[in-house]
Amino acid sequence: MLRRLSVNQPEEFSFSKTNLKWAKAQLKKYPKGRQASAVIPLLWKAQEQEGWVSKPAIEFVANFLDMPEIRVLEVATFYFMFHLKPVGSKAHFQVCGTTPCMLRGSESLIDICKARINGKQHAPSADGSMSWEEVECLGGCVNAPVVQIGSDYFEDLDKVSFEKLISDVESNKSPVPGSRVGRFSSEPSNMTKKYSRKKSSSENASIERYRG
Amino acid sequence: MLKEKDKIFPNIHGFQERSLKGVMARGGWVDTKAIIARGPEEIIKTIQDSGLRGRGGAGFPTGLKWSFMPKSTDKPKYLVINADESEPGTCKDREILRHEPHSLLEGCLLAGIAMGCSAAYIYIRGEYVREREQLEIAIFEAYEKGFIGKNACKSGISFDVYSHHGAGAYICGEETALLESLEGRKGMPRMKPPFPAGAGLYGCPTTVNNVESIAVVPTILKRGSSWFSSLGRKNNHGTKLFAISGHINSPCVVEEEMSISLRDLIDKHCGGVIGGWNNLKAVIPGGASVPLIPKSVCDDALMDFDWLKEQRSGLGTAAVIVMDQSTDIIKAIWRLSKFYKHESCGQCTPCREGTGWMMRIMERLVKGDASVDEIDMLIEITKQVEGHTICALGDAAAWPIQGLIRHFRNEVEDRIMNYSKRKTVEAAE
Repeated sequence: MLRRLSVNQPEEFSFSKTNLKWAKAQLKKYPKGRQASAVIPLLWKAQEQEGWVSKPAIEFVANFLDMPEIRVLEVATFYFMFHLKPVGSKAHFQVCGTTPCMLRGSESLIDICKARINGKQHAPSADGSMSWEEVECLGGCVNAPVVQIGSDYFEDLDKVSFEKLISDVESNKSPVPGSRVGRFSSEPSNMTKKYSRKKSSSENASIERYRG
Repeated sequence: MLKEKDKIFPNIHGFQERSLKGVMARGGWVDTKAIIARGPEEIIKTIQDSGLRGRGGAGFPTGLKWSFMPKSTDKPKYLVINADESEPGTCKDREILRHEPHSLLEGCLLAGIAMGCSAAYIYIRGEYVREREQLEIAIFEAYEKGFIGKNACKSGISFDVYSHHGAGAYICGEETALLESLEGRKGMPRMKPPFPAGAGLYGCPTTVNNVESIAVVPTILKRGSSWFSSLGRKNNHGTKLFAISGHINSPCVVEEEMSISLRDLIDKHCGGVIGGWNNLKAVIPGGASVPLIPKSVCDDALMDFDWLKEQRSGLGTAAVIVMDQSTDIIKAIWRLSKFYKHESCGQCTPCREGTGWMMRIMERLVKGDASVDEIDMLIEITKQVEGHTICALGDAAAWPIQGLIRHFRNEVEDRIMNYSKRKTVEAAE
């Protein structure tokens, strides 16, 4: 699939102090002379910092890893998680549309995105605060349908809970990720109740990490 | 049903204590040093005797794969864990990564030492950010306790484990594409030979294993190969994580004995098919890339590699996608074709072009806007793609369509007839 860089590019890019320290530490994971291995994690960090991957960010990473720019550009355009243009400032909804989610109603979630955000994918809402795209399997199929925002999965959605999720984002509430039908993680529904008293933590590991 | 005591992943849903203390209380990192002391040959032999087959889809015997690693080489050797779980329907490794990460790390150490590797890289799909964070905490804990790192588990052997991630490319689940990606390039599969065991990561001998294959290793070594091989049918031993999604009352990930019947799996764990068993239409038993099986086959289906292979399907990753009578099955398979078109890396022409053709014909078949001859033409295209590409993505794109036509040709033909009938009526009016 053809993916091009945005026509509007910022002047420059550099890592924040914390991210720079983090990036230097990453290089220690790989054998000497193999620093190019860190290209995906570094581009990802750049995206976390700026919200998308700009041309200056690509140049910065290439320079940092001593790689030809074209090699980094190749990587940035090949992997679909890199946004090559800005996305919604509050949230970019990544709606899984692959068969397991489709069987459980992801098409209606996409309709909601079209109605409330923008008729087209990758295009911002009127105020620029939200955008959406249909993504391929997110690997949360037993919690279908799944929507990812940033690092977090919102699971077991339906029309009502998804409308609420969008409203929450709109009104600057930060919705807690995880199941929308009260499940703990991926257990069968009869276990949810059975184990609720025995469980050692009130939330599954993914939500715990969201809390930080 | 699998007994609680035979479960390899007692905390797969994360209800129990997830701290290292809880892990050790359940038997994690216990006796690891003694197992290392048994020596590499013994470890590999135990895994071979247990009959463990790779859990990533192909079902290749894990112990045999390990034995391909060269014994004497002056290069470092690597173990790479494939945690790029992206096969539609599959979400079992996610649960290991976030709720049972220490079983994976202990498995990395034991497998790594058995093969003489110096380090393991765990390649996690980019979307699993929280799962990666949880794994990284586990790696930190294991280093802190001296379980891995220099003098791992006081064995005198140095072994490192690193986490690494991708950025949303299904193709990186293919082992050589994964290695390319790990080296910092586009995830385009390499030609084989050379196989990774000869020249893999950074040109060094490498073994790539699925998360689940490695995470079950410590328990097999602790409980013995005969315990593992006592579960399941011949050649299909042990326990397996099943992820059951789609039209069932309670979708879930569960650990069960290999060779469990499909009906038991769905009725006992998933609250049955929505509307009852007779409302079942078809099941994709092993993730998107295996052909579906219709209800008539589902009735006595056993969930293991060999039984499903005999039905011209496969266990794959044991990701069961259930579809009831309300399903537009042509559309369901079209969506998979769209997935493969999206995920084809574009390196081989038959796949790059073929996945697009297949998707577009399927798109018309969903509406019925095609001629009956085109069904055979579609099959012909799948045959042209299948087996003519570097990696198995081409095959994976072809099989679901072949399965559809094999079992539901009538339905496809009916839709074409109805569409043309409607067109004729419209024209007459």
